[in-house]
Amino acid sequence: MSAEVRLRVWRGDATGGGLIDYTVGVNAGEVVLDVLHRVQATQAGDLAIRWNCKAGKCGSCSAEVNGRPRLLCMTRLSALPEDPITITPLRTFPVIRDLVTDVSASYEWALQVPSFAPPQNPEPGGYRMQQADVERSQEFRKCIECWLCQDVCHVIRDHEENKPGYAGPRYFIRHAELDMHPLDTRDRRGPLREEHGLGLCNITKCCTEVCPAGIKITDNGIIPMKERVADQRYDPLRRVSWPGRGGARRGGGPQRPARARP
Amino acid sequence: MVLLAFVAYAAYAAIANRDYYAAPYLSPFYSPCLSFHCGMVPGSHGVPHLGWLGTWWIVTPAVIILIFPLGFRMTCYYYRKAYYRSWWLAPPACAVAEPHRRYTGETRFPLLAQNAHRYFFYAALVFNVILTWDAVIAFDFRGSFGMGLGSLVLVINAVLLWLYSLSCHACRHAVGGRINHFSKHPVRYRMWTFVSRLNPYHGNFAWASLMWVALTDLYVRLVASGAIHDPRFF
Repeated sequence: MSAEVRLRVWRGDATGGGLIDYTVGVNAGEVVLDVLHRVQATQAGDLAIRWNCKAGKCGSCSAEVNGRPRLLCMTRLSALPEDPITITPLRTFPVIRDLVTDVSASYEWALQVPSFAPPQNPEPGGYRMQQADVERSQEFRKCIECWLCQDVCHVIRDHEENKPGYAGPRYFIRHAELDMHPLDTRDRRGPLREEHGLGLCNITKCCTEVCPAGIKITDNGIIPMKERVADQRYDPLRRVSWPGRGGARRGGGPQRPARARP
Repeated sequence: MVLLAFVAYAAYAAIANRDYYAAPYLSPFYSPCLSFHCGMVPGSHGVPHLGWLGTWWIVTPAVIILIFPLGFRMTCYYYRKAYYRSWWLAPPACAVAEPHRRYTGETRFPLLAQNAHRYFFYAALVFNVILTWDAVIAFDFRGSFGMGLGSLVLVINAVLLWLYSLSCHACRHAVGGRINHFSKHPVRYRMWTFVSRLNPYHGNFAWASLMWVALTDLYVRLVASGAIHDPRFF
């Protein structure tokens, strides 16, 4: 070991807990998850951490390092300010134990997003499309479901009362991914506004700032969906000038008939 | 702070109702000049005016003009991020607790009106055309082609305003963002791609154009009041 680092790790469960200090050896190039594993191996065998790939691809080891939501496996110690380093669980989700939180609410929201709905009985070749048609949606497929965007979003982080009616950034880009797909026939704007709380988002871009996959959640997902909702709901001129094309007639219903959208 | 400073300066410049024209430069805060009274106040002699408001409009004509750019910027997605964070502390910074007990976002009046951003964008385009024309006639020195420092200032002002408007999220949506089948609309896809390249710099253009429009007004004001002399290049 070439050096030591001081850690302040939140230990506890749903009933309460606090920060416990550990001093542990550290090697050059190590990440926060490495030293937490060393603490687990040498000083606190019962320290609970959720982790899996150690490569920033599985989204398991999400926590807050010095108050900022991060993946533990992608946070190099050399990139942090002087120690001590404070590591706490995701604040938006209920704690199970130590750094492990209950993120099941996010998976329940996943069930609320209507699935991809391609047209029924398409003509031969009807599912054919160009790269340009799907590349916008592909950006959102990079999501590793680490829930850092949900954690940092102040709409539910600071307001427990908003949780039942707010799907959060991860599901806004899921809606965007499907709504921008040229073969999806479902109109998602009504449910997105009324049931999933798109209007609660005030586009302060923290979700984009913490996304480890580099997805431009706000600029490419949330704002385009806000504009699509505005097309349907808040733009009277579009209703007059383009009836049936993105205006009032598209709205509301759960599924539009057969043809792919323009 | 910069936004507050701009609001304070814009309020002063609008209420001042003088020193906004030094041939051939017209301040962007007073363009287009809609009242017959344009040209009758000090520092405005010879200003081209439309006279649409007739003679009854006696207060500063800048009031009517500033509503639209102000509305465009106040409903802009970039500025919303800036002032929600710095003025309303919702949130003060990422992962920092906000002080409000309740939060309803943009679901209720008055913030529901943010959805009118596209209408302000359309108005901003009209003003961009007018200010571009002002930049063109800034090279017309009593019928002969010339160029002064003011001509350059007005050209930069028009370019920055176009960059700010064209990189807008509402523009990106209008030119192609609302369609899903890009391959069936190649022209709109190209326009969307062009705007998408500008869009990441929207915040930079927002600040640059905001400060430059104030500097443009200040330059014209100083020349019109006689405080400084406009250097001619040719």
